Amino acid sequence: MKKGTLLAATLGALTLIFVAIGTIWPSESALRNAGAQRSVLRPSSTPQAAVENLADQIRNKAWAKAYGSLANKAEFTQSQFEHDLTGNYPSLLTYSTLDKFDVRSLHASADEADMELKLHWATVVGIAVVTRDIHLVRNGDRWQAAWPVAKQSGLPAQVIPVNYLRWDVIYRGAADDWGSQDVEAPHVRIVDMHPVERADGVVILGELLNEDVVPAYVTISATLLSKTKTPLATEGSFDKISHLLLPKQVTPFLIKFPNASLADVGGIRMTPLSSLVAASADPVIELADEQLHPAPDASLTGQLINQSGQIVNVAHVLGTFYDKNGNVVWVADQYVDQALLPQTPIPFQIHIPEDLARTISSQRTVVATYQSGGNL
Amino acid sequence: MKSGLTIVLSGLALAATQLALAQGASLTVPKSIQAGSAFSIPSTGSGSATLYIIGPGQALKRDVQLGQATDFAAGTLYNAGRYLAVLSGGSAPETDAFDVVPAKSPSTVSFLAKPSRLPVGLHNGITGAAYVFDAYHNLIVTPMPVSFELSTPSGVVQRTVESNKGVAWTALDSTEHQGIDRFVAHIGDVSTTRIVGQVPGDPCGLKMSARQDGQRLDLATEPVRDCKGNAVPDGTIVTFTETFRGGLSTVDVPIKRGVAEVQMPIVNGATISVASGVVMGNQIGWGK
Repeated sequence: MKKGTLLAATLGALTLIFVAIGTIWPSESALRNAGAQRSVLRPSSTPQAAVENLADQIRNKAWAKAYGSLANKAEFTQSQFEHDLTGNYPSLLTYSTLDKFDVRSLHASADEADMELKLHWATVVGIAVVTRDIHLVRNGDRWQAAWPVAKQSGLPAQVIPVNYLRWDVIYRGAADDWGSQDVEAPHVRIVDMHPVERADGVVILGELLNEDVVPAYVTISATLLSKTKTPLATEGSFDKISHLLLPKQVTPFLIKFPNASLADVGGIRMTPLSSLVAASADPVIELADEQLHPAPDASLTGQLINQSGQIVNVAHVLGTFYDKNGNVVWVADQYVDQALLPQTPIPFQIHIPEDLARTISSQRTVVATYQSGGNL
Repeated sequence: MKSGLTIVLSGLALAATQLALAQGASLTVPKSIQAGSAFSIPSTGSGSATLYIIGPGQALKRDVQLGQATDFAAGTLYNAGRYLAVLSGGSAPETDAFDVVPAKSPSTVSFLAKPSRLPVGLHNGITGAAYVFDAYHNLIVTPMPVSFELSTPSGVVQRTVESNKGVAWTALDSTEHQGIDRFVAHIGDVSTTRIVGQVPGDPCGLKMSARQDGQRLDLATEPVRDCKGNAVPDGTIVTFTETFRGGLSTVDVPIKRGVAEVQMPIVNGATISVASGVVMGNQIGWGK
């Protein structure tokens, strides 16, 4: 009886001690789940702490508190600050959350500092990294960040005439007999295909052409065959392809086979699939000023300019990279996290593997666009 | 006990009477009959019996008076195939087989035309297969002439093919002119129509011109046509590429009203090229 009482008292005391520890020194995840902010517990007594507090408030979507802590809030409104981070129009960032951030000191003195804030946004298509250089000023015993708001130049009010071009499809009805005809699926053709051995497995690269006069929704899969022609593995291109192909349009594709080796492969079976879809020929996107940058940090940069009148919410840029003989050596992509406003250039950057950068002599880029409301 | 014995004895007496009546019964079944036609099956013997007819998808049962013909009205047997007639009632059932063959006159033609859309100028690009059926959906296997007729904007192509085992097929070239074709399979006064779209092929002789408009360059193709002179349909993608020192700009533009137009930045020394699919067009050097 005495032993039981002692055990109960010990467990009770330990519980109280742990609750006290958790309350006084909470973990990061517990803070986040509770919706609390680190600034409450950590004063902005250093530039690092000030930027971390600001990033925490952004993560918690505590816009009023984040805006209130800025040194240059007189230069813009809270709404402009919020839209600067999440976009003025629905885009990838609108539906994302801040997963984590990195803070790096660029320069510091007694009263001023420059910090680099790298925001890792978790979007529906993966992590989007946004980097901002923040200037901080000392105000008494605390530091305040001056947010580098990027004000978007608005377009003058106008009407942009568009000759709207669209395809609709009427399929056979349920009452038709078995001999009756259905609309033909679009004819697509693989115009290039190369298997490549990489450190993490086999990659199949290529290009697919819609050679028909109707739009096609395309997917492609590949099956690796062994030396005895038995299937080893089947994979699809997932989003490493532009799924909507207008007539005579070409898309690159990339299919990954992790942990596979070309030495085991005796053949490859490609299966392109196409189906008719209702589609629109607009918007037209110009890829301007595309430039290949050599290693280190090899990349393709450029600007997207929406030449149509409608807003593009999500743009997916796919780059096809060729060697000097015109063979496809790599396919890479990037989702642009900002909406494309009419006639407004938006930069993009596609990273290229360092080991391939030297072999690349030319490239071709296509853009797949998505508008809110589900229109392709 | 007495009543039970009476019932058993009465049953045996009735059976013996039936057996006696059905003695010497036989059937005379026609070797073949047309689906849906009226027919009769004569029998010999005396007394009553039961006639069963069993075939593909059908089974009939009739009480018959032996020595008389049993009549079947038109439309009674309509599925083509092998049938078995069984006369039951004697010591051993009398059986005979016969065929129900499809009616001679075709009623419907199931027509498979492929493809529904193809480029112009394709040899044997259009195929049609016609299956001839009678009014009861039996495939008519006796050879009969099937006429295929392809009406295109540039004329009519006709071909007659004799069906073999119920099927007639043909292959025709697509013409040089785009348009909607009517592909008809005729047999007698029965016909079925399919629509085949002949569409332009790849662009041919793609040519663009450039005109300065302020700080931009207006690029426009000439009306885009295929090698047969057909206008390439609106919506077809034309790619303009401007290559300059250290970079390039590209735009995928859909053809609208027969031409593809775009504005691109002016860069002195740039080379502008145009392409559609795998077809290259001309090049323009700007400011060289």
